[in-house]
Amino acid sequence: MSAPTVDGAPTGTSDAPRTVTTVSWKTSIALAVVLALYALLLLLAPREGSARFSLSTPTDFFQLPVYVLPGMATAWVCAAVAAALLVVSVVATRAQRRTPLWATGVYAAALLVGFLAWAAAGSPRDLSVVGLLGGAIALSVPLVYGSLSGVIGERSGTINIAIESQLLAGAFTAAVAGSLTNSPWVGLLAAMIAAALVGLVLAVFTITYRVNQIIVGVVLNVLVIGLTSFFYSLVLVPNTETLNSTTRFEQIPIPFLERIPVVGPVLFDQTIVVYLMPVVVFLVWYGLFRTRWGLRLRAVGEHPRAADTVGIEVLRTRYRALLIAGAVGGMGGAFYTVVSINQFGREMTAGAGFIALAAMIFGKWNPVRAALAGLLFGFATNLQNVLSVVGSPVPSQFMLMLPYVVTLFAVAGLVGRSRPPAALATPYTKE
Amino acid sequence: MRLELRGITKRFGALVANDHIDLVVEPGEIHCLLGENGAGKSTLMNVLYGLYDADEGEILLDGEVQDFEGPGDAMNAGIGMVHQHFMLVPVFSVAENVMLGHETTSGPGILDLSAARETVRSTADRFGFHVDPDAVVEELPVGVQQRVEIIKALSRDAQVLVFDEPTAVLTPQETDELMAIMRQLKDEGKAIVFITHKLREVREVADRITVVRHGKVVGEADPTAPDNELASLMVGRAVQLTVDKEAARHGENELAVENLVVARPDGQIVVDDVSFSVRGGEILVIAGVQGNGQTELTEALIGLHPDLQGSIRLDGEELRGRSVRKVLDAGVGFVPEDRSTDGLVGEFTIAENLILDRTDGAPFVRAGSLQLGLRDEFAREKVDEFDVRTTGIDLPVGRLSGGNQQKVVLARELSRDLRLLVAAQPTRGVDVGSIEFIHKRIVETRDQGIPVIVVSTELDEAVALADRIMVMYRGRVVGIVPADTPRDVLGLMMAGVAPESEGDAA
Repeated sequence: MSAPTVDGAPTGTSDAPRTVTTVSWKTSIALAVVLALYALLLLLAPREGSARFSLSTPTDFFQLPVYVLPGMATAWVCAAVAAALLVVSVVATRAQRRTPLWATGVYAAALLVGFLAWAAAGSPRDLSVVGLLGGAIALSVPLVYGSLSGVIGERSGTINIAIESQLLAGAFTAAVAGSLTNSPWVGLLAAMIAAALVGLVLAVFTITYRVNQIIVGVVLNVLVIGLTSFFYSLVLVPNTETLNSTTRFEQIPIPFLERIPVVGPVLFDQTIVVYLMPVVVFLVWYGLFRTRWGLRLRAVGEHPRAADTVGIEVLRTRYRALLIAGAVGGMGGAFYTVVSINQFGREMTAGAGFIALAAMIFGKWNPVRAALAGLLFGFATNLQNVLSVVGSPVPSQFMLMLPYVVTLFAVAGLVGRSRPPAALATPYTKE
Repeated sequence: MRLELRGITKRFGALVANDHIDLVVEPGEIHCLLGENGAGKSTLMNVLYGLYDADEGEILLDGEVQDFEGPGDAMNAGIGMVHQHFMLVPVFSVAENVMLGHETTSGPGILDLSAARETVRSTADRFGFHVDPDAVVEELPVGVQQRVEIIKALSRDAQVLVFDEPTAVLTPQETDELMAIMRQLKDEGKAIVFITHKLREVREVADRITVVRHGKVVGEADPTAPDNELASLMVGRAVQLTVDKEAARHGENELAVENLVVARPDGQIVVDDVSFSVRGGEILVIAGVQGNGQTELTEALIGLHPDLQGSIRLDGEELRGRSVRKVLDAGVGFVPEDRSTDGLVGEFTIAENLILDRTDGAPFVRAGSLQLGLRDEFAREKVDEFDVRTTGIDLPVGRLSGGNQQKVVLARELSRDLRLLVAAQPTRGVDVGSIEFIHKRIVETRDQGIPVIVVSTELDEAVALADRIMVMYRGRVVGIVPADTPRDVLGLMMAGVAPESEGDAA
């Protein structure tokens, strides 16, 4: 038999469907608006003096000088650079091309440097770049683990809005288990178990009982806040010594590497939980896209009936995904009480779980992109800390908004077209 | 492998979908299961495939009783299924779809994609077609997606293959190729169950025919039995296979579409420079395989696509750029392609659905209040006039059968003063009785001198209804030809081959 090849379509009409490219002006407009706001800030609140940026720590191989930049001049130069890049974007859009990624990147960097120069101008203290970046990595830990938890859960078809509760449950359990045993490792393990249990509750209600996934997630968040706050006041506060004072993970400086200026202290003088972060990101990525587990998990998140018709247990696969997701989220929760500080505090996660959720969406449900987004949001959070140290003119309450504003803009404007798993939020029934 | 079903009964609540069905399929045989939409064919196959539990009866393979807990068991026993709605994960590659559920792995759970690619290639080679194992399924034409389904079943060493309405989405040429594949499978000794409601196909490949009606086996037939005999067996009474209509008498009205271009939000052009005109008193059928721009074209006509190029003029008035409301007010009736999502609000009653398009003023709304008495009176009148089989006008419309739902849509759209009727897939998923009724009303509308556009993917319907046929392929018009154009020419047009002499004279 000689059937015609299926790809070779019959002759007669030219083949590929035509497309029109309509490049939207969204990027250019956004860049222009932000630049205008920035310029307005410089005009309305000019600052005297110089900004001091320090790049080195005392243990480095060699010392970099403290850079002293004239505040306003630097800020305006950066504005000029940003304006030039705005022109690049406009020209590109005119020519029906997308704004190149490097232009957006350099634009953001220029405005960031300019803003820092403006904010730190006249401050007697040095603005430590190492502190800014190193702190950003530390603060991004719960966001990265949290977003991975979201990616695993949602790829299997269940909305994981309960990341916040997984972080909080993890933090609480790590504090108690870590304090009782004096071992941060036990704390970490306990956090993973506790958060996996939160995942199990989510699974029971959404998968078995098919309750609306968002409602269950929200309820779980509120429930865990309530439970941890209750036991915190009732049990932890009176017994702080025995139940709420952990031994933290030690920082493990990597020999030699840690003494490279800037990079060393930022990347190579961290705790094991931070070093594990890229490993876990890789494992999740590899697991999702290169293993049987991941193929089946993604299949039940995209087309559960198709998975069912080839003999895959949809519900069991989803259960397992949510348990693993919870455990990963718990690692992020442990950060609060066995890495960052040595005790639990009421509602100490303060919405990090929701930012992790945003990182997941910003990362288009891809573990690597989600982790990068988590790093970005961690940076925004730490920027606010650093600026308050150097005595920024911006009120601290206002600065507290920064990570959320960055999140909002990132998610709303810069994601582009992203496609969630097709069966997300749809419970599976066999009819 | 010999498949035998004995006394299969499946009930959904009060509805008996399968009533003691017996069926035997021998190896090396193509056994056709013929029946109307809703006759219970798919239910039966879902029982066979372990998706449903039968209430009574048993499944035997080579004489042994089987007990399938789920599709996995059925598959392991050697049953493969090509589903009507493909069971493929759209964002996965061909190889990933084929391996899913019985993955080849190297090391602990690590996918061996190259082995899966090889499986795809070797299976495809056996049948002389080519499928790229790394292509993403959603980017493939439906005909190729179907082959992926076949490869999927064969890669699991299926001995009994079930094809559930496999030709619904294919061009006539692709259908021929599928038939060839089915014959080849038969020659390899597979037992094949072919579910369809299309008589032409049955005649072409079937070795034996079992006709199902209302969940029961009503008879066996020979592939050589005449069409109307098979049809009446399937429907339970004599049916008219053609549509009675007189020659078109052109009226004054005219819809003129010029150089219409519709793009999707992602920039792909789905309606590409389409021009045509329809005069009062004629039916223009837009034929073509599903997904070649017909949906977008009809949506554009009634104003659902705000970004358009070109012009749409009804009696000289420009409709382009108007809101849907204004287009409807200009006298356009629209029967959408998917009645359950676009045509009706399933939870609303029949009466509410019947006035859904006139809730912005008199007579059904006065001073912001619904005129319930008037509404119900109107609804009762329409239910009678359009022969909607219902227990009352207060029944939620979603509880009606497909045919009766479509009559409600048609009743609503035809009860305004029309200057144009656009009916997209008006008879899809509708029983034969209702099809006859709907066709009759569409022809009556034409005879009132109103231009009518009907979108159909069924060649039989296109030929029966049309005064002229316009064939679309990949968003473009392949040609506009008279209704008496030979089928093979139309079939080629549906695959994008322009007719040798354009018959655009009418």
